[in-house]
Amino acid sequence: MIISRRDFLKVAGVGGAVFLMGPRNLAEAADGHSTQDDFFFVQMSDTHWGFNDPKINPDSQGTLKKAIAYVNSLETQPDFIAFTGDLTHNTEDPGERRKRMAEFRDIISELKVKNIKFLPGEHDASFDKGEAFQEFFGKTHYIFDHKGVHFIAIDNVSEKTSTIGDAQLQWLSEILKPLDKESPIVVLTHRPLFDLLPKWDWWTQDGAKAMELLMPFKNVIVLYGHIHQENHHVAGHIPLYSARGLMYPLPAPASLPKRIQLPWDPADPYKGMGFRGVEARAGKTGNPEYQLTGYSVINKGGGYR
Amino acid sequence: MRSVSGERSAGGLIIILFLICLAVDVFAADQAEQIIRITAKKFEYSPNEIRLKKGVPAVLEFTSLDRLHGFICPDLDIRTDINPGKVSTVRLVPQKAGTYDFHCDIFCGEGHEDMAGTIIVEE
Ligand SMILES: [Cu+2]
Ligand SMILES: [Fe+2]
Repeated sequence: MIISRRDFLKVAGVGGAVFLMGPRNLAEAADGHSTQDDFFFVQMSDTHWGFNDPKINPDSQGTLKKAIAYVNSLETQPDFIAFTGDLTHNTEDPGERRKRMAEFRDIISELKVKNIKFLPGEHDASFDKGEAFQEFFGKTHYIFDHKGVHFIAIDNVSEKTSTIGDAQLQWLSEILKPLDKESPIVVLTHRPLFDLLPKWDWWTQDGAKAMELLMPFKNVIVLYGHIHQENHHVAGHIPLYSARGLMYPLPAPASLPKRIQLPWDPADPYKGMGFRGVEARAGKTGNPEYQLTGYSVINKGGGYR
Repeated sequence: MRSVSGERSAGGLIIILFLICLAVDVFAADQAEQIIRITAKKFEYSPNEIRLKKGVPAVLEFTSLDRLHGFICPDLDIRTDINPGKVSTVRLVPQKAGTYDFHCDIFCGEGHEDMAGTIIVEE
């Protein structure tokens, strides 16, 4: 096990474990689970660097830095960290956009972990089809493997109307074609791939096409951002989990007439904000389980689930 | 008797025809397309509240006053690009009374996320 016992108990104590099937080729330890291929990674999302409204977040300059300090303080350091979009808050000025991206890059260089994956959000990429994003953070869709798990980063923000687009869908189908249907796959993306709440723009217009391509695979999970809160949904057999944001929370789906940024609560600073830890650990059958843990911006003594 | 009766029937027929004409007229007026002209500009639609009658064909005519915008009303399954200097038309026959939110689905600027409105379908 790579996660500390203390952290693990914290997680277990607040519930929220997610069990999924995964690769069968993991070596089994005496207690029935593999140790060599267990891993832990962190998802951070919607940092909206450049956002400035003290009524919404009076610590807009400090929130991300505090979350980074929290990640750095975790007893078990993640193998990698994935930023699932809206790294910066949108600006029409291409110079200002690059300035925000440069500042963001400098701030996150404080992370102890240097293996970092970046995805764009519509705030980063929609004005220039991801041009500035690519200058700073590389490709907007890509794959990587980690300890037997295939990670697929899908860009659903660079196209004009919140779509993945036919070219990328074609790429996705080619990526998936050679994979065994049992292969463990983790999809990282910014917007929900299902119709969470289309009238609030909480969907991907052609997300169903990506889900259709993923459906034959038995061990898929999708991690995304965009809605600035936790949401757990299962489409067919595929669970989709959104993460909290790190600048402002948004209301629960359709809980308010409008999708407004929720104002700062002085009684509970950083309320509704945070990041996520994902532990991939071989289960008793040899298949891995993913255990998700929510963390606040500052250490309040445990995960929030 | 006959002629009187005939006169009566003729008079009755005229009245009935008149009533039919009236009814058809009212019906036709009711069924005429509702045409709504909507302008889009950073970052609002005008009007941003559109009232439609259930079951009556509606034509929404959009023009942009500045740049490319989008219009999407997911729950009514309608969308269009809105270009400057061009009318984009969306046709629908609303089937169910209710309130339907729409928004701009093309990132058009810093206030893009507030660019939204509602369609109210009345019985
Ligand atoms: Cu977003
Ligand atoms: Fe966001």
